[in-house]
Amino acid sequence: MNAKPKALMALDVASWALLAVSVYLVLVYAPMEAVMGNVQRVFYYHVAAGWVGMIGFLFAVFAGIMYLARGDRKWDVMGLAGVEVGLIFSLINIVTGSIWARPIWNTWWTWDPRLVTATIMELVYVAYLMLRQGIDDPDRRARFGAIYAIVGFLSVPLSFFSIRIWRTIHPVVIGSGDAGAQGGFDMTAGMQVAFFFCLFTFTVIAVDLLWHRVRLGFLADKVEQLKLKFSS
Amino acid sequence: MTVKSAAKRPAPPVSFLSSMWAVVWKDLAAELRSRELISAMLVFSLLVVLIFNFSLELNARERQEVTAGVLWVTFVFAGTLGLNRSMAIEKDGNCLDGLLLAPVDRAAIYFGKVIGNLIFMLLVILIVLPIYSILYNTNLFVPGLLVTILLGAIGYVVSGTLLAAMSVQTRTRDILLPILHLPVVLPVVISAVRASTYFLQGQPMDLIWGSLNLLIGYNVIFTAAAYMLFDYVVQE
Repeated sequence: MNAKPKALMALDVASWALLAVSVYLVLVYAPMEAVMGNVQRVFYYHVAAGWVGMIGFLFAVFAGIMYLARGDRKWDVMGLAGVEVGLIFSLINIVTGSIWARPIWNTWWTWDPRLVTATIMELVYVAYLMLRQGIDDPDRRARFGAIYAIVGFLSVPLSFFSIRIWRTIHPVVIGSGDAGAQGGFDMTAGMQVAFFFCLFTFTVIAVDLLWHRVRLGFLADKVEQLKLKFSS
Repeated sequence: MTVKSAAKRPAPPVSFLSSMWAVVWKDLAAELRSRELISAMLVFSLLVVLIFNFSLELNARERQEVTAGVLWVTFVFAGTLGLNRSMAIEKDGNCLDGLLLAPVDRAAIYFGKVIGNLIFMLLVILIVLPIYSILYNTNLFVPGLLVTILLGAIGYVVSGTLLAAMSVQTRTRDILLPILHLPVVLPVVISAVRASTYFLQGQPMDLIWGSLNLLIGYNVIFTAAAYMLFDYVVQE
């Protein structure tokens, strides 16, 4: 437990290497988009970050269900790790989206379903962290955290659909697009390479961070137990 | 203390419905004596409506557009007040422990609290609506609007009661409930405001059904989720 596992070390190196390659692919290799120009390049990291953020939250929900079913503390540590990683990447997703939207939609922000849903998800999991902070008893903290991770995640798609009933201007690049979407485009082969590489890179980085965070969580648990042992 | 033990409680000897109504009755009787909750929610609602009047300059034309929004913001804030109070009472007098010691299904306690909170919220709404109608000379007695308000209130209370039962057990208590609840209840607010506005404008039903269906869906999903999760909230 104390020594850093070899596999984790390898994953660290892989994350850095992949990130370096992805920077090259995104900035140099991928062709410039004809209409939007260079600002379109933010799309590769934007989608990858959103994807990983979603994985983080889904992982937290899964861990929450497992905790309630099994009552094993390790699932609580994993759930918290999932939320923290999800929060960071979702924030990157929102910020990069804003940077892209300024020249393309001519505004930093619009109340589009996807944008609002991303923000709500961010707020739900910030609330999750605040809930945990307000509870001292570790068992109760784990239980309430698990419940709130599940309840919060249930409301996210409902928020999406409740706004969607209006309409959306967010482009759907993968799958069929909405006729009203603005800023959509078709990916060329070069773009697809950069895009899927970025998805892969961010997934590896997220797994790496999750692993680190889970390990940190276990170590923190251990320290807490040792403290209790010495103080009693 | 383990999570698993919750599932192994002996079968409750009292029927689900009668224990649920006992909780509702207890809440109503307590409220009838003290009148703390309703009066606080009511005065607060009227103050919110008053503040909206001056902050939005509600003249006759703009009123048409924002009435539904003003009403729902009022209900949501007043509802938070009520939910906090209704759970804090249970926690303060250790009533919650007493309730949990009773050999009844814990879901019955949850649904009892939900119905109690719903009754209080609807009472406040029933008083605020006519007052708003008179103050702003707007006819609010549209059947569709009333149905929307009922559906919205159910959704609000169903998720709110579950989260309030959690937030009273934390250190930050009252501050935490709106932070936990508002992002979760957002679909209700969005759909309810939309449907209410359309009803007030007399729009055709095929525009409104989407929002109404979403409200119904939310209510079903969150009732089921709360039914499954409440056990874990009150477990010691």
